[in-house]
Amino acid sequence: MMVRAHKLVKSFGNRPVLRGLDLELRQGDFVTLLGPNGAGKTTLLRILATLARPTSGTVELAGIPLNEAKSSIRGLLGVISHQTFLYEDLNAYENLRFYGKLYEVPNLTARVEEVLNKVGLEQRAIDRVRTYSRGMQQRLSIARAILHNPPILLLDEPDTGLDRQAADMLGGLIRELAIDGQSRTVLMTTHNLERGLAMSDRILILAGGRLAAERSSKSLAPEQLQDFYYDTVSLGGAR
Amino acid sequence: MPGYLRKVWAVYAKDVRAELRTKDIFSAMFVFSLLTTLVFAFALPAKLLDPKEVGGIAPGLLWVAYTFSGVLGLNRSFIVEKDKGSLEGLLLAPADRGAIYLGKMLSNLTFMLLVETLITPIFGVLFNYSTFNVWLIPVVLLGTLGFAEIGTIFAAMAINTRAREVLLPVLFFPIMLPVIIAAANATTAVLANRPFDEVLGQLEFMAVFDVIFLVLPILLFELAVEE
Repeated sequence: MMVRAHKLVKSFGNRPVLRGLDLELRQGDFVTLLGPNGAGKTTLLRILATLARPTSGTVELAGIPLNEAKSSIRGLLGVISHQTFLYEDLNAYENLRFYGKLYEVPNLTARVEEVLNKVGLEQRAIDRVRTYSRGMQQRLSIARAILHNPPILLLDEPDTGLDRQAADMLGGLIRELAIDGQSRTVLMTTHNLERGLAMSDRILILAGGRLAAERSSKSLAPEQLQDFYYDTVSLGGAR
Repeated sequence: MPGYLRKVWAVYAKDVRAELRTKDIFSAMFVFSLLTTLVFAFALPAKLLDPKEVGGIAPGLLWVAYTFSGVLGLNRSFIVEKDKGSLEGLLLAPADRGAIYLGKMLSNLTFMLLVETLITPIFGVLFNYSTFNVWLIPVVLLGTLGFAEIGTIFAAMAINTRAREVLLPVLFFPIMLPVIIAAANATTAVLANRPFDEVLGQLEFMAVFDVIFLVLPILLFELAVEE
């Protein structure tokens, strides 16, 4: 099991966000996590990414408990968010070299060129990130996240702020990179139900701080998804 | 170079490279320290600026200019990271938090020392007061090192709060005060050519303070940046 969360609770003061959530992802799973604003999607991803501590419950990534060897667990993760984590006054090449040094990526120069090619930014590698469009910045953010070849990808609304065309292109790129050379485990949150369904193998719906529903993407037609989602959210939120 | 030091260097070199491009932090710090110095030079009564009197107040004013501009730089160094989301990028990396702290602290120290190197002779000219003495170098180095060490960890803590610009000096100055007092006293003694024994005690105090506040933040930085 690549990701396992058991009875995960996270509260901010007296306000519980996650209420005993259980989650299991196997190697190669591409799972989309849906849920309304405030459902706890980002909180869950931040806990898995070691950026926040759970109030209680256990989390294991690749069989390693999250509270042990946090530093080595971070090397297993690639995180893409609506924030790019990039330095706008450095160019693409410098950004990737910087992160590559932090992740101790071997043959860094060759690897940086390889990932820049994969995301189609090799022609703009020496331009400052500040001059990039939002879509290009997000593609560079993907290059940053896969630079160290992580087995687990966590994507927190990666298409926020992109127009439809750019978001479709990004979705295709993510899907391609998820199965590129190895079977990565991907957990993605999004508000775009159709894109989430199209990209993933499994849909999870988070409501009321718990996983309220789980379906294989094949078992749901795009036109059924919206009703299924809203029914689940209203039932889950009422619990 | 061992992996730990390579990561310290990576963070430091990244900060310096970005600053060389934008000069955001340096220009803000330098202009602020210059303005502070000018305000002191023109607002103080003339009798205090008399060559016989100025030695009693100038070192303190010089350290006020250093510390005010230093706080500005410390605030900026983390605001740049936070506003672009790159602080989380740093925290996601499998790098020891102590290495990230050291890289940020060294870049803050570099920017502060650079501003101090430029502002000190200007201060000397405006106050008609000689600031050239080789023993001033260890005094400024040790005082600024302590300032950067404590300031960097407090800036990291303050960055997640709403009133971050206000909170940093409020949290930070009470702890920093002993070092600022020691540095100002040592500067007074050095520039008045007093016996070296008077300076040595202050240097020893700052050195001990610097060692303690180098080790503690390395151990505590993980807690400081946690949500």
